[in-house]
Amino acid sequence: MGNRDDSTDNRLPPVDFRISGDRALIAVYGDKVDPAVNERVRRLAALIEAARHPAIEAVVPSYTTLAIHYDPDLIDPATLGGLLRELATQAEHTKIPPAALIEIPVCYGGEFGPDLAAVAAYHRLTDDEVIRLHSQSVYRIYAIGFTPGFCYLGGLDSRIHTPRLTTPRLRVPAGSVGIAGGQTGIYPLASPGGWQLIGRTPLPLFDCERTPPVSYRPGDDIRFRPISADTFWRMAGELRQ
Amino acid sequence: MNPGLRILSPGLGLSVQDMGRFGVRHLGVPPSGVLDDYAHRVANWLVGNAATCATLEMTVSGPRIEWLTTADIAVTGAGMGPRLNGSPQRPWASLRVRPGDVLELGLAENGCRGYLALTGGIGVPEVMGSRSTCLGGGLGGLEGRLLVPGDLLPVGQGELLARPRCLPWTPIYPDHHLLRAIAGPHDFLYSFSGGLERFFTTTFTVSPRSDRMGLRLAGDVVERDAGAPTGIVSEPVVPGNVQIPGDGQPILLLKEQTIGGYGCIATVLSADLWRIGQIKLGDTVRFVRVSLEAGQRLGSEWRDFLATTERLLATGR
Repeated sequence: MGNRDDSTDNRLPPVDFRISGDRALIAVYGDKVDPAVNERVRRLAALIEAARHPAIEAVVPSYTTLAIHYDPDLIDPATLGGLLRELATQAEHTKIPPAALIEIPVCYGGEFGPDLAAVAAYHRLTDDEVIRLHSQSVYRIYAIGFTPGFCYLGGLDSRIHTPRLTTPRLRVPAGSVGIAGGQTGIYPLASPGGWQLIGRTPLPLFDCERTPPVSYRPGDDIRFRPISADTFWRMAGELRQ
Repeated sequence: MNPGLRILSPGLGLSVQDMGRFGVRHLGVPPSGVLDDYAHRVANWLVGNAATCATLEMTVSGPRIEWLTTADIAVTGAGMGPRLNGSPQRPWASLRVRPGDVLELGLAENGCRGYLALTGGIGVPEVMGSRSTCLGGGLGGLEGRLLVPGDLLPVGQGELLARPRCLPWTPIYPDHHLLRAIAGPHDFLYSFSGGLERFFTTTFTVSPRSDRMGLRLAGDVVERDAGAPTGIVSEPVVPGNVQIPGDGQPILLLKEQTIGGYGCIATVLSADLWRIGQIKLGDTVRFVRVSLEAGQRLGSEWRDFLATTERLLATGR
């Protein structure tokens, strides 16, 4: 355990717990999207996982909350609540490894990002300016869901917030990078979708043959690195072998 | 692995399912798995399998299947009038099939989903620890999809029964369902408006657009408190969560979603989740409020009942 610093406690609202059925609690740190709030979520998740309590079956972090799935035959809610509060207190003072920074190579525009020009025109920017604004930010993975491996990313520059397409595409290729309103994200699997597509990564983000099937976790950070079409095809070719 | 059966016709929605895929929710992979785990477990126990073996989940209308191997099989869940080579067979009982036999199931006479277990279980490869089909991710089961005519399914290893088994009672699925539920996690968004009380006193009707993702319910509008938001910052959901979207018409979430952006007024007990699998279009549903303490006691009693049933089928007592 690290050094206690009670002044920190006074500034931060305490964690709250809500009941989600007879086998899960939701730990709540707030109701606003905020990297600092999410950092508290990430820290508590890390400590619960490290504790490896036999009654805790799963920990699922999101923006401001995390779900704790438990076996009620092995622990009662009051004992679990006490344990979690203790871990939450520790989490404010304990050093945990920093969030991983995952780099995703993206080929912007052309056949990989058919909506790049439209996004640029919408904001009266050049294609290159959109690419620069999109690839210079570091994005926090607030949550993974919607489809397996799909990241809810925070941190999109407000200068390239762009409405969704009026008519969604029936099929968006796996690896497509898009913008929808104030969000940006990557489609790990081919699916229908209404996001403005600005690029694509040659990396297979989701692979059920791999353990784990994705290389990132909630609470990690992502940065996009622009690559050329040649590099895209070379990487895609190498990855296929 | 040698194929054990061939799908001649799949019925309305036929998929490989087991008890679900766990430990990958935080990566956006939903649990999937059988919706009526009671019928699924009994089907497996009737043929001498562990409850974890994969079965075929049949929806509303059953399949026609040709057997390519000798196996014990059992049909449970919704009453779909099983016939083997044309002659009626008893559901909730084991049945020996041989190569060339054709099993046929019809429209569900009561309930919504049937389960077909066979010696050794369906032997498709495990994906992330489970054989369940996850349609949203296109993974698990057979190529991550519903079964189609001509599909060949492998079977796992297992021993034939020394003597036939049958369940000494027959579950009957009603048209009106009582689901016991615990308030929360967002019940506080509906407390001043009377929405919470309305939710627990309204008889809802199951509307179209219901599927393995969730049941959509229609009835009295469940009002949010003045100033309560329509949506919430997305947070993790669990099977049995009842969401209240903007129109006040509840959505009962099942096992194909890990995260949601609507407030959840209540959560159905884990001991009652199997009942949801048998709710069909046009049925009515009421939610009965129980405390967390009572809900956990009921859960523990239900698990005891399942253990007793397993022992009874395995040993005859």
